[in-house]
Amino acid sequence: MEDAATTGQASWFQATARQRVAGLLDPNSFTEFLGPSERVRSPHLHLFDLPSAFDDGVVIGRGALDGKPVLVAAQEGQFMGGTFAEVSGAKMVGLLRAARDHKNLPQTVLLLMDSGGVRLQEANAGELAVAELMRAIVEARCSGVAVIALIGGRAGAFGGAGLTTATCSRVAVSEQGRIAVSGPEVIETNKGVEEFDAENKALVWSTDGGKNRRLIGGADTFAEDSMDGFRAAAKALMAKVPAFDLNTMQAEQERLATRQKRFGACDDAVSMWRILGIKEPEAIRDMDSKEFAALANSIKEANHDAR
Amino acid sequence: MMETLKFSHMAKRRLSGTKGQAIIGVVASGNLEVLLERVLPEAACEVEIATPLTGYGETWKAVVAEFVERSSPGGLRISINDGGARPDTVFLRLMQGSALMETD
Repeated sequence: MEDAATTGQASWFQATARQRVAGLLDPNSFTEFLGPSERVRSPHLHLFDLPSAFDDGVVIGRGALDGKPVLVAAQEGQFMGGTFAEVSGAKMVGLLRAARDHKNLPQTVLLLMDSGGVRLQEANAGELAVAELMRAIVEARCSGVAVIALIGGRAGAFGGAGLTTATCSRVAVSEQGRIAVSGPEVIETNKGVEEFDAENKALVWSTDGGKNRRLIGGADTFAEDSMDGFRAAAKALMAKVPAFDLNTMQAEQERLATRQKRFGACDDAVSMWRILGIKEPEAIRDMDSKEFAALANSIKEANHDAR
Repeated sequence: MMETLKFSHMAKRRLSGTKGQAIIGVVASGNLEVLLERVLPEAACEVEIATPLTGYGETWKAVVAEFVERSSPGGLRISINDGGARPDTVFLRLMQGSALMETD
């Protein structure tokens, strides 16, 4: 299926999970596993008188990107906030385990994360799904599979999605893509408004948003908010996935320890950018994708061999 | 309580195209998911709806009847998960869905 919403300059942020899969992969290359007609749905939502989705909000399958075979999982951020739940989680875990165990399957997995975290109506199953998924990603990476996260959806990557993203081999993010564990409201509720003012949208976006994640090394490439943008980002990341070995682990540990030391005292993103040596950190917010991507590529902390 | 509605129609003709199935829309506030499957004989068309909003059976009936009249979706079983969509959104998704089934 090709339509205007899945081609070229169409917004990734605005698109559905299915549109993203169609726009990311080579035309007509996608084969879905456990598609909607199989009706593998949440066994819990009807208990709450809530509508279920035929795919439980996750699309999984195989296809090709620029001719290279890939496995794909895409979360639908608009359905229940793209949440991790029993079925949606199991579909992603199963995909990763299949990649780990079957070397005849594509050995690259693209995770199109778009989730606020665990689905509260099935929270225990959702928490388990997050834990299983992180383990499945690590085990897949140990067996040589490249796991690449693409972040640019409406729900961002929060809670389990943020944790999961951090376990991937490589991460691409757009300006609209937010990556974090606790959402701004959660932090404010638990730690007080002095800690994080969730009403201050400029603060929230500059902290959780894609530009900051890219600059401080939380993402490895910056994607323009379009199908073409994420296609190019995924392609670039697929070409340079680090080995998952002791050296990488030690480099990652050192990277994070250094980051903590350098930025631990900062109370906003702009002060971190100043430490990075960016001359006009206030100008970052209004920079377009191309200009920003070039700047990020010139920053040492944003370009590492770890993860 | 979720409400389940089912409507059976005889369309004027079988929907053109050979596509076996298509899905359009998302279960989200004010939106809905429409799954279309070409599994019924000839001009038969069935529409099954699961909605969290009860008491709108007559509205659904009218929208589905108008859709069947307009696009003649013979051969289709249509399954809907509703997120509280307005009738115009429902009609739009049904038309988008049948258009998808006509592409090859």
